[in-house]
Amino acid sequence: MLAGRCLKRMLKLDNISKVYKVGTFGGKELHAVSDVSFDVKDGEVVSLIGESGSGKTTIGKMILRLISTSSGAISFNGVDISTLKRGALKEYYRNVQGVFQDPFSSYNPIFKADRVFRIIREEFFPEIKSREWNTKVESTLEAVGLNPGDVLNKFPHQLSGGQLQRFLIARALLLDIQFLVADEIISMLDASTRVDVLNLLADLKSRGLSILFITHDLSLGYYISEKAVVLYRGCVVEMGSTERIYDNPLHPYTKMLMASVPRLDKKWEEVEVELKAKQSELTSGCVYYERCPVADKDEGCDRYRPTLLEAESDHFVACSRYTEGE
Amino acid sequence: MSLQVENLRVYYQTLKGDVRALEGATFTVADREIMGLAGESGCGKTTLAHSLIRLTLPMRFVEGRVTLDNEELPVWDMERMNDFRFKEISIIPQYAMNAMNPTRKIGKMTEELLRSRKVDFRASLPELKRRLDLVKLSHDVLDMYPIELSGGMKQRMVMVLSILLNPSLLIADEVTSALDVSSQKAVAEMLVEFRNQGCCKSVIVITHDISILYQIADSILIMYAGQLAEKASTDVIINSPRHPYTKLLISSLPEIGVKYAEKRLTGIPGSPPLLLDPPIGCRFRDRCPLAFDKCVEEPPFIEIEKDHFVACWKVFEENAQA
Repeated sequence: MLAGRCLKRMLKLDNISKVYKVGTFGGKELHAVSDVSFDVKDGEVVSLIGESGSGKTTIGKMILRLISTSSGAISFNGVDISTLKRGALKEYYRNVQGVFQDPFSSYNPIFKADRVFRIIREEFFPEIKSREWNTKVESTLEAVGLNPGDVLNKFPHQLSGGQLQRFLIARALLLDIQFLVADEIISMLDASTRVDVLNLLADLKSRGLSILFITHDLSLGYYISEKAVVLYRGCVVEMGSTERIYDNPLHPYTKMLMASVPRLDKKWEEVEVELKAKQSELTSGCVYYERCPVADKDEGCDRYRPTLLEAESDHFVACSRYTEGE
Repeated sequence: MSLQVENLRVYYQTLKGDVRALEGATFTVADREIMGLAGESGCGKTTLAHSLIRLTLPMRFVEGRVTLDNEELPVWDMERMNDFRFKEISIIPQYAMNAMNPTRKIGKMTEELLRSRKVDFRASLPELKRRLDLVKLSHDVLDMYPIELSGGMKQRMVMVLSILLNPSLLIADEVTSALDVSSQKAVAEMLVEFRNQGCCKSVIVITHDISILYQIADSILIMYAGQLAEKASTDVIINSPRHPYTKLLISSLPEIGVKYAEKRLTGIPGSPPLLLDPPIGCRFRDRCPLAFDKCVEEPPFIEIEKDHFVACWKVFEENAQA
């Protein structure tokens, strides 16, 4: 165990795709995720940014092995996770856990909320004594900023969304995980508790936890992460260091997203963006072609899918208007 | 003065007693004003909106007076409110996506809706089509069932329905919260467009997202635990708020360009009080860094400068000294 800890651990996504068969007889294909590659290093927070339907949750679920990949491979510490079975899979879940958007639907309303901790104990730590376990639960709850006396022995409806969400993070922490998939965990919370959960993630990060932070809120992504991946209809359109992307968004889609973020220091510019995303088939051209204000037929935007290129150091973009090193 | 609310008090009846969700709200919304109503969940913003249009059990009207265009609204009387509902005052509900009848085509449903208000569907069809254009929906939706539309399209359709009879006051209850940034922007701009085109005279936008309000609202009203905390023009609320709750709330919002490593934001410690048996006096007292002896009395909601209302003893004290 200790020797493994010293190695550089890493989650790596290698050209993963997810294709769903849709239509009456499964004749049509829906590409939810196409050829996505990126990696999350030790103690790194990576934001996965995109609108609804961009495939960001699908990627999170594939990492958690809740759904299978259609092609490509996800590896954790060099091991392909699709090959994991039984004991090895359990060991994987000991290291990798997820927390999801809606804290209220993550609990069974019939049971008390702290049942999630009991299940963890039954599954992963049957050898630990009750008293020892209870102290562990209490110290973990304190670590996520909850007062154990206030929150234990309560039903889900007696707790607030922020408390339930922190419960779920505490549950993940009990396992001493290395990687957390945080899927829109802030969006259901109130502004005053939002920052507390964000700061909690930041603290965990400084303790060496790697986080995939899935969000549609760009300001939250900027606050917490050093790397950002922007998705549009299942494709990575831009990725790189958060500062570079935010200060200098290159892809027209990222620019549009930046322009739409409601900010407290600037009003929306009078950029009228055509938001009718036509639900057409995925063509061979750039995925953003129909909504792109600067699409150019001569550049072949409608015919060729641009590949992800490094526009400046540590800043990638998939747009035919940019070529390597420009 | 389009809408005037005076000392409106609404409680929820429960077996354990009254939940005091709205305590003595007094404010006005002017003609052509877009007022934002913001606060945490459970602060009473939806209660306030619903008590203006559809005050049903377990809500209980305690006291207060609401006038719209110099006419008193019988908010406590479900039957008499029928004359005003939809015609004079209309709402885009929080779950607009589930608001339509799934067994009717949308055009048919609209026709039935208008007939119930004794309005001729044929005559209003051109206007309906113009409004569909306004929200960028194709006219074909009238021949579709709600299930054939995406969530965002349903939301826009409900927006068209709610302004069909040119209400004097439109209430938009959390219309942007389930959407992603680009649709959020589109929907918010549509609300402004409705006002500009005269589809409705004034708008109350309820949201917990203050940055949206900064983009579209003329004024912002902040609520906390059933009480009004502060109301002022948007710029004043964002740039020079006076109430300690508003200050903490604004400073806890992450913005683009802020990183936790450089500037660690802080939330507001503690949580809002239970409204079943709320503390007497200022309800923010327990979480307030400035609280002092006087705060056990309930602060009145007073205009300290022109169009700037605050309910805080500390602010009154500072003002008296200045």
